[in-house]
Amino acid sequence: MSFEIKNPGLATTVQDQGRTGHYNVGIPQSGSMDQYSAELGNALVGNGPGDAVLECTYLGPVLVTDADAAVAVTGAPVEVKVNGETRPQWTRLQLKAGDELSFGTIQGGTRYYIAVQGGIDVPEVLGSRSTYLLGAIGGFQGRKLAAGDVVPVGGAGAGGAAVGQGSGLPEVDTVPEEFRPVFAKEQSVRIVLGLYDHRLTDAGRESLLTGEWKVTPVADRMGLRYSGPGVEWKEREQPFGAGSDPSNIVDAGYAVGSIQIPGGTQPIILHRDAVSGGGYAMVGTVISADMDLVARAAPGTTTHFVAVSQDEALVARKELAELKTKAWEALGARR
Amino acid sequence: MTSPSPALQEARYTWGGDEFLFVEVAEGMSLAANFKVMSLAKNLADAGLDGIVDICPANASLLVRFDPDVLPPSSLESTVRDIERELIHDGELSLGTRIIEVPVWYDDPFTAEVAQRFREGFHQEPEGTDLDYAAKVNNLKDTAEFIQRHHEQPWLVSMVGFVAGLPFLFQLVDQDKQLQVPKYLSPRTDTPKLTVGHGGCFAAIYSVRGAGGYQMFGVAAAPIYDPAQSLADFKDFMVFFRPGDIVKFKPVSEAEYNAIQAQVEDGSYRYRQVPVTFELSKALADPEGYNQQLMEALNVI
Repeated sequence: MSFEIKNPGLATTVQDQGRTGHYNVGIPQSGSMDQYSAELGNALVGNGPGDAVLECTYLGPVLVTDADAAVAVTGAPVEVKVNGETRPQWTRLQLKAGDELSFGTIQGGTRYYIAVQGGIDVPEVLGSRSTYLLGAIGGFQGRKLAAGDVVPVGGAGAGGAAVGQGSGLPEVDTVPEEFRPVFAKEQSVRIVLGLYDHRLTDAGRESLLTGEWKVTPVADRMGLRYSGPGVEWKEREQPFGAGSDPSNIVDAGYAVGSIQIPGGTQPIILHRDAVSGGGYAMVGTVISADMDLVARAAPGTTTHFVAVSQDEALVARKELAELKTKAWEALGARR
Repeated sequence: MTSPSPALQEARYTWGGDEFLFVEVAEGMSLAANFKVMSLAKNLADAGLDGIVDICPANASLLVRFDPDVLPPSSLESTVRDIERELIHDGELSLGTRIIEVPVWYDDPFTAEVAQRFREGFHQEPEGTDLDYAAKVNNLKDTAEFIQRHHEQPWLVSMVGFVAGLPFLFQLVDQDKQLQVPKYLSPRTDTPKLTVGHGGCFAAIYSVRGAGGYQMFGVAAAPIYDPAQSLADFKDFMVFFRPGDIVKFKPVSEAEYNAIQAQVEDGSYRYRQVPVTFELSKALADPEGYNQQLMEALNVI
């Protein structure tokens, strides 16, 4: 079966949990920016957590299914419509052949996800169905969707992971409120200081951690840029090959989630389509458990960076894994 | 080259959150530092630890991604430190690699056209070309001399990344002979695919069209990134370059460029390349003499 794309929306791409192992040649992990929301969409339709979904950015697509299909829309709050009628988000919807799925205006956040039973069935590239736009690989022909595309959907349970009995759908069809993420206008993002934070002055580090930062419109799958008070770098005689600004280093690998502050003005958090390296010093890294949170931040979101230890980051990582397990259990879904 | 090398000092270990270890071998770029990074990367890969996700050697530092649920950070750090200690005691460093001839059309119309769109406010000297500026800041008499210096000695691929398949290259010459050119004042929003660029002491070949801040000197004649894997050199992987590759640029005319394009088009193009062993001590002792030896390997095919 397949979805026919009547209108592609702003930037709709196929994503899954991403590809690793090729960052050493500049191929980023890609994958759904808000992994938690994408996974719960999969849970609602009886998929495994690694099945591919459609990631919609601000303006969603209009699509028509050519067969009966169980779908769910999760992620950023948006009006979901089937044949023009409003239907609930975070709930499994049963579409009939010929039904049209479309969206109203997004009410917060940036991205929402369409999961379908069987998963989006494009070919895997380097072990993943995720789209990497700059490298033009993965997803639907290595690009965002366009009008007229016919996007293949896998057979029920084709995702390879174990699913429930009978229909393959979990007993509960709605994600309970307590397991839905919050899309707030203010965030505290936990970071582990390090990498090149010793190149900041004390005042610079203080400014990073006490300043109020706002997500600018310059935010996409590669990274998010923040405006705020700026930070101060220590002056030094630059090492050979490092470039002339004190925020420059000899080009190095960039950790996903790392924060660079070119020229000391606007911090940039690298996200799942990160450039893999470059010549700007990084001062810390968003903990893995908060990467989905960063992905949910719309332009204008007020952000506070909170320093935690690596041990605290590992505890948060474990808590997030436990939360996911509980959410799947609450649906009666099997991961 | 200068010695004793800072690359032989102990590296700095720091963390990128809960999934990345960053090992800074040296603050400044040098062949010795890059060689140590590549050796660390290779030996870590050979150690075959469960929980290693990505091993990314860069110019003077190593980035390792790991899964902390499988591999505790402390175990990873102690393994890398052990590898580093062994390297410091092992004086004779060598690398099994290859030398590749990369044809380049210098001073080409494609980069010239794009450069003209990004002058005022972007470039240090908007009235001239990128090559004019590069010759001037390196105190060379003209662009021909700069181009000569660019291709007469080989380069080492010191890092692959930024975007898919983009090589950073470091010329195998003494530090006082390194070509250094500042990046654009402000990055362009466009760079032709396969542009041979330069920023600081590094050359780069842009694998895909897109934004960029490096000065533009020419275009490589054949692909370096081929997601469709249609050419024989890409049969095993869509990315051509690997860290440690040695590159000899070869200047080609418009006619030669077009002939290569035709071969790329009909699927018959192959890069000229030969396996070589690169020995750090020889390269440091007599760079140009050793380069001559390396380049002769290309003459026997």
